[in-house]
Amino acid sequence: MSPFLEVKDLRIHFKTDDGLVKAVDGLSFELERGKTLGIVGESGSGKSVTSLGILGLHNRAQISGEIWLHGEELVGAGSDHVRGLRGKRMAMIFQDPLSSMHPYYTVGAQIIEAYRIHNKVTKAVARKHAVDMLGRVGIPQPDRRVDSYPHEFSGGMRQRAMIAMALSCDPELLIADEPTTALDVTVQAQILDLMRDLQREFDSALIVITHDLGVVAELSDDILVMYAGKCVEYGTADDIFYRPEHPYTWGLLGSMPRLDREPSERLLPIKGTPPSLINVPPGCAFHPRCPHAELTAGRARAEVPDLLASQPGHLVRCHLAPAERRRLWDAEIKPHLETQ
Amino acid sequence: MTEPLLSVRDLTKHFPVTKGLLRRQVGAVKAVDGVSFEVRKGETLGLVGESGCGKTTTGRLITRLLEPTGGRIVFEGVDITHVKQGRMRPLRRDMQMIFQDPYSSLNPRHTVGTIVGAPFRIQNVKTESGIKKAVQDLLELVGLNPEHYNRYPHEFSGGQRQRIGIARTLALKPKLIIADEPVSALDVSIQAQVVNLLEDLQGELDLTYVVIAHDLSVVRHISDRVAVMYLGKIVELAERKALYDSPMHPYTNALLAAVPVPDPRKRADRDRIRLTGDVPSPINPPPACRFHTRCWKAQDICKTQEPPLEALASGHLVACHFPENAPDKPAGVGAHPAEERATT
Repeated sequence: MSPFLEVKDLRIHFKTDDGLVKAVDGLSFELERGKTLGIVGESGSGKSVTSLGILGLHNRAQISGEIWLHGEELVGAGSDHVRGLRGKRMAMIFQDPLSSMHPYYTVGAQIIEAYRIHNKVTKAVARKHAVDMLGRVGIPQPDRRVDSYPHEFSGGMRQRAMIAMALSCDPELLIADEPTTALDVTVQAQILDLMRDLQREFDSALIVITHDLGVVAELSDDILVMYAGKCVEYGTADDIFYRPEHPYTWGLLGSMPRLDREPSERLLPIKGTPPSLINVPPGCAFHPRCPHAELTAGRARAEVPDLLASQPGHLVRCHLAPAERRRLWDAEIKPHLETQ
Repeated sequence: MTEPLLSVRDLTKHFPVTKGLLRRQVGAVKAVDGVSFEVRKGETLGLVGESGCGKTTTGRLITRLLEPTGGRIVFEGVDITHVKQGRMRPLRRDMQMIFQDPYSSLNPRHTVGTIVGAPFRIQNVKTESGIKKAVQDLLELVGLNPEHYNRYPHEFSGGQRQRIGIARTLALKPKLIIADEPVSALDVSIQAQVVNLLEDLQGELDLTYVVIAHDLSVVRHISDRVAVMYLGKIVELAERKALYDSPMHPYTNALLAAVPVPDPRKRADRDRIRLTGDVPSPINPPPACRFHTRCWKAQDICKTQEPPLEALASGHLVACHFPENAPDKPAGVGAHPAEERATT
């Protein structure tokens, strides 16, 4: 049986005056219902573009590859057809609920509108459903709050309302793009709990896009690490946090001060800055920042490494030999991270 | 003990809320409401809290970018609470600020040379071999190429811009630097570079920092002492290790428990202190202990009597009637994540 969501060799390119921006360049992954995929990367790595691509929200982009949602191909499907799926079978939670909700309409009206587009019901039924959804995401007095405007909600409440809206048609695929980045840490914890509970309840497939490794670790079953439009490492959450093999993943883990470890004297940042997508370095895009690039005898500069399985289900895009990577991790990287 | 570099007593800032044509004052946002702390020479004091807790306002009051409503700010033995603009200017040499957003804090029409050299011109400081040389030295100090003197801010990445801002801050060799969310606009890998840079500079130039941030792990990494703010007040202030290993105020506990741990195996067995609801409005903060509306330990006394910020035996300053991990309690009672962390 084919997986619920299958993305094959997805490429999303934008023509700009400065040149072709390869925002997503050959991305493949699969996701089953009830599972969560975390996509991690820094700004400009292509993680948000991927999500908008799946939802068919890039009008001017050149998209190639395949996106199969439950046996239906989305790339090249008519925009009316994709619109019918959007909201109903796949939905999105955006980062900033204040700018993604309409300030002129009440929260309830916006949920009702989305629900009635996909379901032929009366306004009264839709309203009852909206109240019901607001209650389920933990908004107190939902029958009153349904008539509030977005600005009358606090940040956390707005994000809850957004989740209610996304879930109102019971979508099978939910994409959350930095769902908690705009929130305070205590509210973030509430929203993460809520998302985890709701996913279990709705049995939807969830894609969480974030730069925060903590959020990814909280939610994800599988993790995809993106760098310069490409997947550089893919594996289970355990693979990525306990046996990471790509130097970029090591760099991310080393840059992050952690509350669950003793503080070290120094963080281990990745040198340099993320590349511009117009001018991606040749060969391995990470090689100018990679401390181990010289171990590849020049291949890092010359050839783009393939995404290869190091273990079943654990894919790494790196020229270093798998044995060498494991040696580096065990001997150099891991001991340092643990003293952190 | 030496005199602290900066001492703040009962600092308050109320922003008036006005209504109607005549702009009658109908209330006040009590952004900072009686905050006291000291900053010792050479240390880093972290100021953490959620949005709206008054941490940024506190930073702006110290640098006198805002006029305090009440209280006292003493910098190097001089009361600067209400000194006038003109008399403040020489003091600004010793007290500088690093801003959060490296995009809006640099003038896009000025070159890096102009931006970093501005403090010399404004303060009329003579440099030995000209402003240009001084600026180039500063750029080198913060890890930028001195040849980029003539470039504009848009030619740099976010991390590099933050370095430009830091170079400008350092130009006049300040004694105290207030850094307001210095890394929160940056990518993870760049954050670490800037955190390391700030630490290196502190060692090299003998700087004192007040770091304002919402990210508890960054604050822990960089600070010697940490103050936790909630709705305009400090609820807990302690040495870094003491605060993170055995937090005493329930709010500090809740904050620490809320930080997502980047370890997928720990999510199942994490101790869950979950605050419900949001931070109340600072226009109308809850009476007495401001945290009582969200606190799981709140009793009647918390609603009627405000707990003072008092030093406990452990050295923590805590404003709570029922502090956690109080020394009179046997160990192991009220286990919380920090204790687990200490053992793992």
